[in-house]
Amino acid sequence: MSIEISLHNFDGPLDLLLHLIKTNAMDISDIQMVEITAQYLAVIEQMQQLNLDVAGEFLLMAATLIHIKSRLLLPVVEEIYGDEEELDPRAELVKRLLEYQRYKDAANSLDLLPCLRREVFLRQFFEADADGGSSGDGGEVGGSVSVGLYQLAAAFHQLLRQSRVEFVHDIVREQLSVADFVHKILDQLGRCGQQSFADLFSIDATRQEMVVTFLAMLELVKMRMVKISQNLEFQPIWLSLAVSSAVIEPAIIDEEALGYG
Amino acid sequence: MDEHCRAVAALIFAADGPLSLDRLCQFFDCSRSDLRPVIGQLQELYAIQRGGFYLAEIAGGYQFRTDPDLAPWLSKLNRERPFRFSQAALETLAMVAYRQPVTRGEVEYLRGVDSGGVMKTLLDKGFLRILGKKDVPGRPLMYGTSRHFLEFFGLKDLGALPTLKEFSALDPMLEPLLEPSQDPPAGATLI
Repeated sequence: MSIEISLHNFDGPLDLLLHLIKTNAMDISDIQMVEITAQYLAVIEQMQQLNLDVAGEFLLMAATLIHIKSRLLLPVVEEIYGDEEELDPRAELVKRLLEYQRYKDAANSLDLLPCLRREVFLRQFFEADADGGSSGDGGEVGGSVSVGLYQLAAAFHQLLRQSRVEFVHDIVREQLSVADFVHKILDQLGRCGQQSFADLFSIDATRQEMVVTFLAMLELVKMRMVKISQNLEFQPIWLSLAVSSAVIEPAIIDEEALGYG
Repeated sequence: MDEHCRAVAALIFAADGPLSLDRLCQFFDCSRSDLRPVIGQLQELYAIQRGGFYLAEIAGGYQFRTDPDLAPWLSKLNRERPFRFSQAALETLAMVAYRQPVTRGEVEYLRGVDSGGVMKTLLDKGFLRILGKKDVPGRPLMYGTSRHFLEFFGLKDLGALPTLKEFSALDPMLEPLLEPSQDPPAGATLI
């Protein structure tokens, strides 16, 4: 039996099965298992011949098809099972195929909706033209702004400033205390009222410092002394005091109490 | 148009994202029932005017958007290539949208393929969000669609999703086959 099947990209075994059912003009609720199983296996074989990596899911479906086919070969004892619907071994597969077809169709109708930045646009979707007046050597070249020597040097200086000074000699490993950082955060928040999450970590903080700062923040949230909020999704996360600063002072938070001792 | 009406339009125009009715009520210190006819009036006005954009209701708020039929003009200005979903991503998105809250396992059963990678990408791109953990063994994460999903597809809420059709209605090729079928006894005609 030779079957001509173009190997376009099937999204999965259900996709492939639906394709086979359609090309054979078969009734989905009455799948001809012998035919479909043979064709399905042929496609898998073709995939293997082309050295395509056949995903496990495709093989699992092949096994399921063969299993259903073999169950259909067995004589049907109707007295045992009352309902004919339930005894059709194909029932679950048909249900899955119908369900899959529904979502596949829903996916297509989603794609037909006017999408942002494809059919529909908002204000500010593209950058305004570079304003020629602001900098001396900023002119537009082939759609992008050219960078002058000054900007280049300035950018390098900024990077240099951010880089950490390297220590040459060995230093004793610093033991950081969560309690200290708890107090540090409380101090900072007491002074400015609120602080963004990113500002909590200084740029030159070591990994260890960052981890301890984060732990300290979590402790404070657990003690309900600090509130974390965000205006909108993807916007900065803000920390603010959840208690008045007067209450904090007498509360002595030490390492033992936090369970890090 | 009176000043009140113009001010509402101006606020919606100047806002960064969709502006909800509640936010507008706060600004103007009035009730929702006062503002609703104003919004209606504006929507009608911009629709009739056809000035290249319209007042859309998006994710529970209002926002000016360009008319979809002008896409060819605007896409000329789009430096990045227009974003396209893969078939796998669209299927996954549809399943989550219609069945949320849904776990990864449930999506994978429906699609019949591993969907971890697709869901991670959709989560990273902000189309999906985690709704919580399902109270079953393993406590798998439950996913739903995000506000960004609504904004992207220009939907006012999840109820505005295209209705999920029944199978017989959606495949014209199979429809004639389905109708006369009188379900031959299972097993008899198959082998």
